Amino acid sequence: MTVNEGNQGGGLTSGLLGSDRRWSAGTPPRDATGWSVTALFVALLVVFATWSTLRAIYAALSSTGAGGIVAAVVLVLCGLAVLVLLWPAVQSWRQSQIAKAALATSDLVQARVAGAALREYAFSTLGYAAVVVILLVAAQFFIANDLAVSRTFFQVPLIISSLALTLKAFWVNIYIFVVAEILVLIWGLVVAVARLLPGDAARPVRLISTIYTDMFRGLPAIINIYLIGFGIPLTGLPVLKDMSPEAYAILALTLTYGAYVAEVYRAGIESIHWSQVAAARSLGLSYMQTLRYVVVPQAVRRIIPPLLNDFIGLQKDTALVNVIGSIDAFNQARIIGSNHFNLSPVTTVALLFILITIPQTRLVDKLIERDQRRMRAGGN
Amino acid sequence: MAMIEIRNITKSYGEFKVFDGLSLEVEKHQVVCLIGPSGCGKSTLLRCMNGLETIQGGEIRIHGDRMSGPGVDVNALRRDVGIVFQSYNLFPHMTVLENVTLAPVKVLNQSRAEAEAKALHLLKRIGLEHKAKEYPDRLSGGQQQRVAIVRALAMGPMVLLLDEITSALDPELVSEVLNIVRDLAAEGMTMLLATHEMGFAREVASKICFLYGGKVHEEGPPAQIFSNPAEERTRAFLQRIIEAGRL
Repeated sequence: MTVNEGNQGGGLTSGLLGSDRRWSAGTPPRDATGWSVTALFVALLVVFATWSTLRAIYAALSSTGAGGIVAAVVLVLCGLAVLVLLWPAVQSWRQSQIAKAALATSDLVQARVAGAALREYAFSTLGYAAVVVILLVAAQFFIANDLAVSRTFFQVPLIISSLALTLKAFWVNIYIFVVAEILVLIWGLVVAVARLLPGDAARPVRLISTIYTDMFRGLPAIINIYLIGFGIPLTGLPVLKDMSPEAYAILALTLTYGAYVAEVYRAGIESIHWSQVAAARSLGLSYMQTLRYVVVPQAVRRIIPPLLNDFIGLQKDTALVNVIGSIDAFNQARIIGSNHFNLSPVTTVALLFILITIPQTRLVDKLIERDQRRMRAGGN
Repeated sequence: MAMIEIRNITKSYGEFKVFDGLSLEVEKHQVVCLIGPSGCGKSTLLRCMNGLETIQGGEIRIHGDRMSGPGVDVNALRRDVGIVFQSYNLFPHMTVLENVTLAPVKVLNQSRAEAEAKALHLLKRIGLEHKAKEYPDRLSGGQQQRVAIVRALAMGPMVLLLDEITSALDPELVSEVLNIVRDLAAEGMTMLLATHEMGFAREVASKICFLYGGKVHEEGPPAQIFSNPAEERTRAFLQRIIEAGRL
């Protein structure tokens, strides 16, 4: 086939193949020495800022009698560790010199390679420096005003002496959220399925479940717990009026989070492609069988991350039961704290809440990963 | 009396008339191929016959019994009329074996052992019994589509509807799927195919129906439709197929 180069007619390639069209990718790389200079400057600045902060920390520790050789060694090690920041900065500078030399000899490839390395080293320096700066600010906050922040939130002896009581009270929170989570899983699915029922006959059911989710998602959990915890005993209704505060909390949290989780379920169910439903129905499965065996099992796999989000929210909201006088970890810590005019026990509870969520997140990640591996890899 | 009688059906999406008095008869053991341009209603017709979509006028009769309109037990209808889709639609969270046995166990109330024995027998017939414990994600498109056919066959249907089952496949995987359809035709399975595989339609069909304008525009034996179409529209459609190098 012959090619008519420089075809000036009205063809698809007109103007593209002519001799006036030049490659644009061959220009020399831009000089990036500025980045390496910045990196060096920032690295030096951060090193000096760190040393001055470490000196201030040592002075503060000494004033409380916590100074001594151990603290000094640790602080000196920190001071040496920050010097590592200089390494990528120097490397970046070195690459900038290589790039310059290469450009001088018109070695474009070498100049590009060195330029890319220069940027990578410079950005690494800046990234690590930013983190060090954040840590320095935090450290300054803790030692400011003669260690005021540390004394208020982290009084170690008080934390240790109150730990047993706080931990015991934390079981109340665990009991509430475990029971509530089980109920929420079931109740949320019931509400979601009710909201997705097809046909005219189900219209009232859809309507009531929509109203329920709208109401309880909008109602603040603390008001819900307050109303149920104080209101139900006043009604004098048999059985209901004699329940424990924890049971009222479980009821209230189930109603609130049931609404959230119903919406999560609904989103998951609706995300399953209609062709899956068509395939199941075409095999003669009923609507409910299709939900049970095809749609919900696939939906649940997709909604596990948002579901965990809501569960962590629920776990944290168990601290709201203190409004109805239940002695949970937060309430217990407040009592101890006000006896000692110090917030450290509350800090303990805060850490406990953070600590229980982390393993759950990792566990869920593991579960999802295992499930996906099973579906991708061969069966067993 | 024909096994399936589609009489004068109508269906519209808003202004657009998909079916405008379409009629079609299918005899037992016949293989009917539906051809026609995109949007002419081939897939919709199959989906209506299986109760996945409803018709607005006319009726569909199977063995003389009306199978369209209110009061029809669609779940029972679907046991008799199986369908296979263009995009396979296997259940991704189930193994091949679970895909095939789900409906026999849950709908026909077969014991798990019985359903699995039958499923393995069918999988063996298509040479995929070694994939029984695999998940669909691990199968090629052709293998997935073969499993989808077996999944429909496991319900013991009287009629099988095949909705462009090779359209989503890489060219070299088409034949392994069509071979199964060929075998089914030879065994006497009554089938309706919506297809763009004209060569295959010519070989396997007892009757070709060209759908156009919401009706069966022209129908006849493959030899006549492909070599000597009577209608101008049919001729134009086939001409474009030839220009695309597909016939």
